[in-house]
Amino acid sequence: MKILVCIKQVPDMESRFKPDASGVWYADTDLAFRVNEYDEYAIEQAVLLKEQLGGEPEVTVLSIGPDRVVEAIKKGLSMGGDRGVHVQDAAAHLKDSWQVASIIAAYAAGEGFDLILTGLQSQDRGSAQVGVTVAELLDYACATTVVGFEYADGTVTVKRELEGGVKGTVRLKMPAVVTCQLGLNQPRYPTLPNIMKAKKKEVRVIPVAELLHQDQRVAPVEFRAPAKKGSAVVLEGELADQVDRLIGILKDKTAVLR
Amino acid sequence: MKLLLIGECREGKLLEYSYELFGFASQAGAETAMLIVGGDGSLPGYGGTVYLADAGKYGEYNPDLHKRLVQAVVERERPDYVVFMHTSYGWDLAPRVAALLKVPQVSEVVALAEGGGFERPCLSQKMRQVVKPQGTPVVLTLQGGAFPALVPGGTPQVQPVDASGEGRLEFLGYEAAARKGVDLTKAEVIVSVGRGVGKKENIPVIAELARVLGGEVGASRPVVDSGWMDAGSQVGVTGQTVSPKLYVACGISGAIQHLAGMKKSGFIVAINKDKEAPIAGVADVLVVADVMQFVPALTAKLAK
Ligand SMILES: Cc1cc2nc3c(=O)[nH]c(=O)nc-3n(C[C@H](O)[C@H](O)[C@H](O)COP(=O)(O)OP(=O)(O)OC[C@H]3O[C@@H](n4cnc5c(N)ncnc54)[C@H](O)[C@@H]3O)c2cc1C
Repeated sequence: MKILVCIKQVPDMESRFKPDASGVWYADTDLAFRVNEYDEYAIEQAVLLKEQLGGEPEVTVLSIGPDRVVEAIKKGLSMGGDRGVHVQDAAAHLKDSWQVASIIAAYAAGEGFDLILTGLQSQDRGSAQVGVTVAELLDYACATTVVGFEYADGTVTVKRELEGGVKGTVRLKMPAVVTCQLGLNQPRYPTLPNIMKAKKKEVRVIPVAELLHQDQRVAPVEFRAPAKKGSAVVLEGELADQVDRLIGILKDKTAVLR
Repeated sequence: MKLLLIGECREGKLLEYSYELFGFASQAGAETAMLIVGGDGSLPGYGGTVYLADAGKYGEYNPDLHKRLVQAVVERERPDYVVFMHTSYGWDLAPRVAALLKVPQVSEVVALAEGGGFERPCLSQKMRQVVKPQGTPVVLTLQGGAFPALVPGGTPQVQPVDASGEGRLEFLGYEAAARKGVDLTKAEVIVSVGRGVGKKENIPVIAELARVLGGEVGASRPVVDSGWMDAGSQVGVTGQTVSPKLYVACGISGAIQHLAGMKKSGFIVAINKDKEAPIAGVADVLVVADVMQFVPALTAKLAK
């Protein structure tokens, strides 16, 4: 069995974001980057399946982006992936979801993956399009928002999370794409020996021009902070003073403190 | 301008939020038609054309077939936009439709922008981007709550719709939400734990504030996913919807899915070290502080 896990490197969401020179996306200077949260569940699911099947499946971890994304690939490898693919693209942030999916599909087309795992969405763009579009391009079955995963005899049975806590159970035959939702499993922390092992694993580098043959369908035109809504009273400064002011406000504005 | 709205049914009923599609249509000032995979019992209160595909034949969730139904109606109606809600159904089906029609898709639209653009959130709701699709029709998904629900009224003219194709997914059934633990919907005060609280061992500190305020302890999703607290304490779209008199959000960023469950609270206090956290958009008071320093100090003072 061959498994592909597609991961993205995203900035720490607690950062301050400023527009870049193009004015249509964020500047990545001074930001800390990490693996997209949803994708960690995808990596973990691939590794769990590999363990379930006695180590037979080969797990490939793919990421598109500038050189720094190799760090994300290494994390995937230290969690248990076998080999990495770095689609080198310094301008990945300007590609739309359609182009990103086309790049992945172009790579995967000749590789014969049985299962492709992605996150439900990325934390930075949040379009939730890439996984499904890859499936459509490769003509694979696909299930999204997955919070439960079982594999047996070429068939995958998943639980999809719907609104209001309801779940829907779906069975699909491989080859298949599954997009992973938070809570699907407990992503493991790489151990030191596994981090050392990961350093020796192969990371193949492919220039994006070899894989991208599609034009953009959605162009970014503006990037900015949301219009301030709400009118929160902001309490800053000394801790003791903040405590006193909050208690004053609660006494004033709510019936909770008498 | 013409819109094709895609309604969403579960167990034979049209889901309430499908009416937000009409709210969007009215803002866009557009002519509309709707497609529903359902039955007679799932028709909306709407006087226009509703294309009805039989859920008995196509299933309520069978995206391989549903995308063909959308394609069939698109060929008849030639809409400018095909509009879904940004829900488990919408984000599953919309990209399939966009790929099939070879057209652009814009996800989680919160507003129409000048010149045919769309405004959408990015970076976990902290920022906004405006994007412009190249080509038509455009497939859109709308953020829940961004447009008002609107029941246009009237009785629809029903047009049956059929499509051929093969479904590769077998839908095995629904599973109801597991409801256990405290009923947060009745609590007057809720103090909720977010990931910013740092670790499971810190939860008693937050629970102590809840006790002093005579309230219950809630949680954001990552707290539940990490096993720090039970699923029954989760507040949000996939957890409980609450409306206490006082909601204290401790180390919670304010993702839309969390806000959906608590923004109707009477008074909202957020404690967050990040002044720009989106929770500020709904909070009455934002305390910019380290939650593990502020909460014990607050509790101590209140306990006096
Ligand atoms: C389909 C779907 C359904 C979902 N359903 C839900 C749901 O029902 N409920 C839900 O909550 N989420 C839900 N989510 C997840 C949601 O998108 C967010 O990921 C989640 O709400 C974030 O939780 P958080 O705010 O605790 O963590 P984070 O987003 O990680 O935020 C942590 C916050 O704590 C602050 N912080 C960090 N350290 C400190 C400190 N020492 N002192 C003070 N502040 C600090 C940070 O500034 C940050 O703002 C859903 C997601 C999807 C896609």
